Amino acid sequence: MTLLEIERLSKRFSSGSRDVAALNDVSLSLAPAETLGLVGASGSGKSTLARILMRLIPADGGAIRFEGEDWLSLSGADLRRRRARIQMVFQDVLGAFNPRATVGSVLDDPLRIHNIVPKADRRREIAALLDRVGLPADYADRSIRDVSGGQRQRIAIARAIATQPSLIVLDEAVSALDVSIRGKILELLVELQRERGIAYLFVSHDLSVLRAVSHRIAVMDAGRLVETGAAGRVIENPHSAAAHALIAAVPRLVTGIPQGPSHDL
Amino acid sequence: MRWLRNVAGTPEGAIGLGILLLLGLIALFAPILSPGDPLRIAGQPLLAPFTDPSFPLGTDRLGRDVLAGILHGTRTSLAVGIAAALAAIAIGLCIGLTAGLAGGLVDEALMRVVDAFQIVPSFLLALAFVSVIGASVPVVVVAIALGAWADPARLTRAQVLSIRERDYVASARVIGMHPAEIAFRQILPNALPPVLALSAIIVAAAILTEAALSFLGLGDPNVVTWGSMIAEGRNILRSSPSLSIFPGIALVITVIGVYLFSEGLNKVLAGRRGRV
Ligand SMILES: Nc1ncnc2c1ncn2[C@@H]1O[C@H](COP(=O)(O)OP(=O)(O)OP(=O)(O)O)[C@@H](O)[C@H]1O
Ligand SMILES: [Mg+2]
Repeated sequence: MTLLEIERLSKRFSSGSRDVAALNDVSLSLAPAETLGLVGASGSGKSTLARILMRLIPADGGAIRFEGEDWLSLSGADLRRRRARIQMVFQDVLGAFNPRATVGSVLDDPLRIHNIVPKADRRREIAALLDRVGLPADYADRSIRDVSGGQRQRIAIARAIATQPSLIVLDEAVSALDVSIRGKILELLVELQRERGIAYLFVSHDLSVLRAVSHRIAVMDAGRLVETGAAGRVIENPHSAAAHALIAAVPRLVTGIPQGPSHDL
Repeated sequence: MRWLRNVAGTPEGAIGLGILLLLGLIALFAPILSPGDPLRIAGQPLLAPFTDPSFPLGTDRLGRDVLAGILHGTRTSLAVGIAAALAAIAIGLCIGLTAGLAGGLVDEALMRVVDAFQIVPSFLLALAFVSVIGASVPVVVVAIALGAWADPARLTRAQVLSIRERDYVASARVIGMHPAEIAFRQILPNALPPVLALSAIIVAAAILTEAALSFLGLGDPNVVTWGSMIAEGRNILRSSPSLSIFPGIALVITVIGVYLFSEGLNKVLAGRRGRV
């Protein structure tokens, strides 16, 4: 059974004389509770794919089926309601939150909009979400400006799981974090996946991060998907030049690769 | 109210706020400080200032109390200045927000209107408007607001265009927030601070424009204003310069107070932006 099916997606950006094919006939699929790592050099179109999937920008052509629905044809209130099922975690831990928000209001918004729990239970639900991502409940009253980068990313994850999605898109979600914090966040994501069966589309240019969490890895180069395969296979035995180049950029990545996704971080 | 305390924490802000508070109190309590109609004939004409304790600033050609005129004039100046600025900011915010969010043809059309209003000198616009419709306080307010809304509209639009591309607006869309809620809860509050910083300048300009209109005899004839007092004194500037000088000083102090306050406000806002 597939959760997400992306077919022949394409997108061009043209501004003045510049014309970029950011996505060129990209097709991929994702099963429930699966992590697909999406890797590629800078400018290869990873974020464009993520933003089209999140319905933040329109596609030029192609189709997306999500949970059996034609995802690109949804609009208005229908789309807003169905958005609960796909959530996103952004790279920029500063920019992803309204600077005037409190931690509590960040988590309250999705609960309120999708009516996840009755109004009276929202505070308790917020505390439970904070607890789930490893933050004390009294953080709810803090301004978002008064928490650290790693903690903000935990809050972003709490916001993403608040609507009980089946898919979370993570666009460079740990790239801005310290290496020590990065491992903890990846651990949390893997735990949540085991617990709730959430699928991840994990975008990164860092293969060592993807190796730790991905079941499969897809490699992008200049708007095209050049290779897809089991994570271990793609890293040990890459077919495409783009994958070779990305692996060469990470020293000693291939030594001692475990079978399947390794969750020991 | 914390931002007000922060403004008072800067030297400019403290002085500006002090001046404005004092003027506010004078405007509020003018009928108690100087009871009766300030336009009535109260004593001998052309009493020199600092000679008669019951008319500390003297009287004008018709024997009207100059101090009473200045105290009551504070009301008109502040009321017209603030009302015109509020109206200008409100119109500017609405137009700027609509243009920035709608984009496309709506944006184009609105911005051409803004261009038109920015090209016409705002004082000429106010002058023409008042001479056609007739002088009364509400008309003067509208006339001044007409010439002042274009700047806040342009600034609001620029803010909205930059903020709508931020990740937190994308996050709001991702969690399924309604576009109206995104506009009013996510974008507008963050677009506001620089527009509010501009508002102090608009108040100062509005007070000056009101004085200039009154000076030209286009103010409301039924209320006393500093501009009309200056105009009144101009005819006998050589023999009794104080008749023009006192309301002139009041005008200068008010405008300086507003500018100092806006300087303090700008400092606080810049500091807060630095913290985020
Ligand atoms: N809004 C836009 N307008 C014009 N061009 C764009 C826009 N967004 C992306 N592009 C172009 O599309 C291409 C793909 O960009 P994208 O952001 O998807 O790459 P990416 O793989 O996410 O790169 P990175 O690893 O640097 O984040 C790039 O050439 C980029 O310059
Ligand atoms: Mg990117």
